[in-house]
Amino acid sequence: MEHIPAPAIDFISLAPALILSVFGMLVLLMDLFAGKNKNLLVFASLVGLVLAGVSAFAPKALPVVSFGGSYVVDHLSVFFTLIFVFSSALTILLSIEYNPRNGIRAGEYYALILFCTVGMILLASATDLIMIFLGIEVVSICLYVLAGIKRGDVKSNEAALKYFLLGAFATGFLVYGMTLLYGATGTTKLAGIAEVIHSGQTNSDTLLLLGTVLLIIGFGFKVASVPFHMWAPDVYEGAPSPVTAFMAVGPKAAALVAFYRVFATAIPEIGTTWDTLLMVVAVATMVIGNFGAIVQTNIKRLLAYSSISHVGYLLIAIIARNSLGGSAIAYYMMAYAFMIFGTFGIVILLGEKNSENLEIKNYAGLGVKQPAIALCMTVFMLSLGGMPPFAGFIAKFYIFGAAIKEGYVVLVVIAVLNSVVSLYYYLKIVVLMYMKDSERELELSMGPITLAVVAIAVFGTIEMGLFPDPILQLTQ
Amino acid sequence: MDGFVPLNHYLLLSATLFVIGVLGVLLRRNVIVVFMSIEIMLNAVNISLIAFDHYLNNSDGQVFSFMVMCVAAAEVSVGLAIIISMFRNKPTVNLDEFNILKW
Amino acid sequence: MLEQYIGATVMFIMAIGIACGMVFMTSVLGPKRHFAEKMEPFECGEKQIVSPHQRFSVKFYLVAVLFVLFDIEAVFFFPWAILFKKLGMFGFVEMLFFIIILGVGLCYVWIKGGLDWE
Repeated sequence: MEHIPAPAIDFISLAPALILSVFGMLVLLMDLFAGKNKNLLVFASLVGLVLAGVSAFAPKALPVVSFGGSYVVDHLSVFFTLIFVFSSALTILLSIEYNPRNGIRAGEYYALILFCTVGMILLASATDLIMIFLGIEVVSICLYVLAGIKRGDVKSNEAALKYFLLGAFATGFLVYGMTLLYGATGTTKLAGIAEVIHSGQTNSDTLLLLGTVLLIIGFGFKVASVPFHMWAPDVYEGAPSPVTAFMAVGPKAAALVAFYRVFATAIPEIGTTWDTLLMVVAVATMVIGNFGAIVQTNIKRLLAYSSISHVGYLLIAIIARNSLGGSAIAYYMMAYAFMIFGTFGIVILLGEKNSENLEIKNYAGLGVKQPAIALCMTVFMLSLGGMPPFAGFIAKFYIFGAAIKEGYVVLVVIAVLNSVVSLYYYLKIVVLMYMKDSERELELSMGPITLAVVAIAVFGTIEMGLFPDPILQLTQ
Repeated sequence: MDGFVPLNHYLLLSATLFVIGVLGVLLRRNVIVVFMSIEIMLNAVNISLIAFDHYLNNSDGQVFSFMVMCVAAAEVSVGLAIIISMFRNKPTVNLDEFNILKW
Repeated sequence: MLEQYIGATVMFIMAIGIACGMVFMTSVLGPKRHFAEKMEPFECGEKQIVSPHQRFSVKFYLVAVLFVLFDIEAVFFFPWAILFKKLGMFGFVEMLFFIIILGVGLCYVWIKGGLDWE
């Protein structure tokens, strides 16, 4: 009787995911005995995240392959692991003051964020369709629950329901696309698929094409690109603010990196067939995201549309599918993490006792009453709009550079025009803060921890804008 | 034994079921029925996975379909929990009535 | 040729024996009391004629969902059990971790009160 050999597993490279899984379960069990005080859970989650972040640097020589080529830890995945760990930590910090104020008492909240981070880490390192599917589902299922964690709030319920129905619908498309890809090539490994396509031994080109289109639909839903973006504004508005910030950064980055890996590793050779389709999607995403944002009156909905338009820019990097594209996505998501967490930190700071205070018109007069906060908000808005010398400018610059190198000049021109449009609604908020008087007095809830998060974010946004090189080297 | 039923028949069955599921999601307004349609989609995928697995003679498809089943079960439980907690605040299962947030 | 079916035959005989034995033993040993309510078609406290549009208690839902979750995980045990000897120590340890993780889930559900009926 022959033995089935155990697959090669490098536990050191798996450490971030393993540590976070263990801490997730620990936090879940601790919640049962912790009672009303959640500080211990917060502390344990943060310790877990820090340990995971440190352990991401542990592998000596990259890339490290585990599970017979299903899981690869390379520079890209290490950097994304850092983004995920960082954004999860900021989410937890933002929640410390937000949750009690808004009646979120469930201790599972922290465990879910940790599990979600595990899913994202798996997704960033996955090089097998099955693994990608599992990663996406771990992330999505945690997020469905997180979006609806305010159980008594109908808005939060509705957000969770919509997110769940559309997310599960998208999963159907995604997994069907993966199946057809598997059927056409006979393997689920990304490298194997590329090999089969290269040697021209596919079982059926129709299946391959159909699978690719279904994959674009599935990933399109997950990253909220047009025409599959409808869920994003509703879910972003209904979910608790820290969770919204979390959704806009971590899971989106994870889905994008998987998107990038599938399209740049597995099926680059049939690129001519999906290029045009993806270009149309990218342009539509930028245009509809930006024009949708102009008419919004609710800050969270505005940020939702703005995040849709940012996905449009990021899709350009996937279309470029060169190594520059990968590191451009990584840099962009890091910069985006700083900007989004800062903005949402301010949104949370401006929340009142009884309402979240999400109407943009209530931001009037902030420049006089809270000059420091207004200044921070201005930094984030300018950076989101892609103005130098902030991080958003450099991030866009690298993406456009990667695209121009491959000759997609028209696409870049459209993207730059869109950036200009987006400046309109970002600057509208700035103008409102400085040029208009407030209509009524606001009772702001100034939490020191939330303020600290905003300060970190301002520092990051400016630092990454002025000195992009150290971070950029990490991504390559 | 092989080849009693050609691969294409399985694929057609699976594609038909998948389309039925998609139409169910798009046309029905009852949350529970929409939910069941999504499950039909996932199970349609399982059929083609197993069919491919058999005709390609490797076991990746079976492993994949295991994962799909497990994920479907996890989604069912989370989805039902969301529907129940929604139902506590607003006793209806008609999708059109969930309209506080504009679609 | 026929020898290979001996095991299956023994199993069938035992299964039939146990099933029949249980029916027989209850009819011999069980107490018997006959009264009007007991002789109704559904004797378990349910009315015989009611509207079918009843709501189920939400308790049923929780138990059902937990059952589905833990039941589906059993799917991973089947291939593992078939290949148990070939997988050797690695497979054993791997499955041990799997069961520990399931156990953590069960502990959570249990202490949280998900299994309490009242």
